[in-house]
Amino acid sequence: MDPLFTWTDFFVLKPAILLSLFGCGILLTDFLLKQGRWNALTALVGEGFVAVALWQHCEDVAANGQRFALGGSMAVDGFSVFFNYIFVVSAILAIIIASRYMDDEKSNRGEFYGLMLFAQAGMTVMAQGYELVTLFIGLELMALSFYVMVGFLRNELRSNEAAMKYLILGALSSGFLAYGFSIFYGISGSTNLAAIADAVAGREISDPVLLIALVTTSVGLFFKISVVPFHMWAPDAYEGAPTPITAYVSVASKAASFAMMMRIFLVPLVSVQELWMPLFGAVALLTMTLGNIAALTQNNLKRLLAYSSISHAGYILLGLAAGNETGLKGISLYILVYIFMNFGVFALISAMRREGHAAEDIDDLNGLMHRHPGYAILMLVLLLSLAGIPPMAGFYGKYFIFLGLLEAGSYLLAIAGALYVAVSAYYYFRIVRAMFLSESLEPAVIAPGLGTKIALVASAVFTLLIGLYPEPFINMATDSILLALR
Amino acid sequence: MQLDSILFYLFAVQILFSALMTITRRNVVYSAVWLISTLVGVAGIYLLQGAEFLAGVQIILYIGGITVLFLFVIMLVPVSEESKQRRFSSQLWIVLIVAVLLTGELGYFLWQGADSFQMGEPTPPAEIGTVTTNSEQIGQVLFSEYLLPFELASILLLVAMIGAVVMAKARPGAE
Amino acid sequence: MPVTHYLVLSMALLIIGTVGVLTRRNIIVILMSIELILNAVNINLVAFSDYLQNINGQVFTIFVITDAAAEAAVGLGILIALFRNKETVHADEIDILRW
Repeated sequence: MDPLFTWTDFFVLKPAILLSLFGCGILLTDFLLKQGRWNALTALVGEGFVAVALWQHCEDVAANGQRFALGGSMAVDGFSVFFNYIFVVSAILAIIIASRYMDDEKSNRGEFYGLMLFAQAGMTVMAQGYELVTLFIGLELMALSFYVMVGFLRNELRSNEAAMKYLILGALSSGFLAYGFSIFYGISGSTNLAAIADAVAGREISDPVLLIALVTTSVGLFFKISVVPFHMWAPDAYEGAPTPITAYVSVASKAASFAMMMRIFLVPLVSVQELWMPLFGAVALLTMTLGNIAALTQNNLKRLLAYSSISHAGYILLGLAAGNETGLKGISLYILVYIFMNFGVFALISAMRREGHAAEDIDDLNGLMHRHPGYAILMLVLLLSLAGIPPMAGFYGKYFIFLGLLEAGSYLLAIAGALYVAVSAYYYFRIVRAMFLSESLEPAVIAPGLGTKIALVASAVFTLLIGLYPEPFINMATDSILLALR
Repeated sequence: MQLDSILFYLFAVQILFSALMTITRRNVVYSAVWLISTLVGVAGIYLLQGAEFLAGVQIILYIGGITVLFLFVIMLVPVSEESKQRRFSSQLWIVLIVAVLLTGELGYFLWQGADSFQMGEPTPPAEIGTVTTNSEQIGQVLFSEYLLPFELASILLLVAMIGAVVMAKARPGAE
Repeated sequence: MPVTHYLVLSMALLIIGTVGVLTRRNIIVILMSIELILNAVNINLVAFSDYLQNINGQVFTIFVITDAAAEAAVGLGILIALFRNKETVHADEIDILRW
């Protein structure tokens, strides 16, 4: 009999194991030592170990290609390595922003960082999973940690309400997803993606059972990436959550859900591509329309960014609707760039306070140029990138996705996407105008801690760097493509 | 009609009726009781299909654990006040659209007929040696093929525990 | 029993659960409706497991039940925190909670 657990299994699982260990470690040390300030540091050390493990994965993939562990339930490939790095970078940024913010909110407790690492362990499993049960449990691990983190400011009504709404709609979507998974099991007799791919490939495209499975799975995943018409939780959850978690949810949870979506739709469902590609195109179009238009009238920065993040999800989904390699490369690059530009903006928002409370309105940025010209210029870089203006990184993500659409012959979607860039420029420039042209009599205090400053500067620097010198990052994105498309 | 058909329809009617009662009762306690009835029906369906272990889990964990948790929380909420208030959300029309769509889907599939539902090919009963009982089979598969999700589920439960404690713990200095 | 019957039963339960989540105002009933949805999933899994003569579906069911328990625990925990601050369990009395 084969041994139950081999060194290969350990190697493949190492990031998830490390994250769980450090998560438990933080809970223990927080309880035993009662030294709150070490928690964030421990979490960062954990991220360092994970980064090393990922580097080993990277070497291994270059030498051996795709590898499976534990009877094919986890995989290591370029795709998983890329997404795992994305999770590490966003977790690091979230941790260094959070240590100051949670202090200010008087909620800096060990569980918070523990949950962050557990959520990341779930994401790692979502990116590496190659089997439905593993993917489902990974998703739930991430989602449950996020429900708690969103409601972590439990004495604030807004935070409770956000968590409640996030949980109800998240659980509903998990139910739908599990329903779709159960039918995939029914048609294949297995939960392994490769076996399901065989079973699906042997079926007619108009098969009604396949249709139910496809629809329920898509609905479940559409909730998770918050695209229209399943986006209604996002603005409220984002507004009520602690700002570092808003950034973490909007970047990492979305990236993980996209990773899982690509695994499912590009491995088992690739043979019915004709069925889901038009659906994704339509949903993406609807999402960009609603996200951009709703963002125009928002005055709360976090809410505005929530709607902008909905429209960004629409753009990323367009890459899947294109369904070719250029589109997929665009998705990877877009998500990579999105970490930096989104985290940078949220880092500054997390540092704004007014009379002891978090200040989150556009008006709170009035006259930033006169008071803190440095921050204003960094923000300008990030906002230009979010709008997709050419010298910045945000442009390249959109560029490859549009290129993919043109290659696939979806001119209408490409034109619509390009038009909405103009709409989105309007609301990003509202923020710019507030910073540079408006005056403020009672300015909000901006007092970022060291971590927040580092996060802000690093985000802006990377946004510029990827924009000016994109080649290495484009190569990274190319290595991350799941080569399963027909 | 065979016995198992009769039992199936019996349980199916029980499940659907109790589920409808669960979502329509004004008083949450009644909802919880009807939920228990639904769950018992589902346990019956499991027994009908030879999944004895799951039927046990359903009774012990679902009814004994989760529903009791619901009842505990209901006790923390003043029920008498609840029952006077409106039952349904004010945006009923959205829901009606969703319900009509879903029911239409169900109707469409029923109309297509049973023949169009082709599930996977049943595997011939494998030679599993001495392993025969349901729980033994589950144990074998759970600890070999599904070892990883099993371990992950432990972290999931840890997170749930932390979450429940963090959320429900009394506010420092509030009481 | 043909497996289709179970599929139809589970789909009906899924519809009831979804309608419950979307229509009811009481958060406890909404959480119960989510349990109904997960039970629909389980009926499917066990039916397929029996039909395919393959135990994997029953193991999947165990994980779904685990997840249901975890979600209920966290959901009710958040509900208690909410009730402390707001004294309501009605979904649309939560100001921001509109869909």
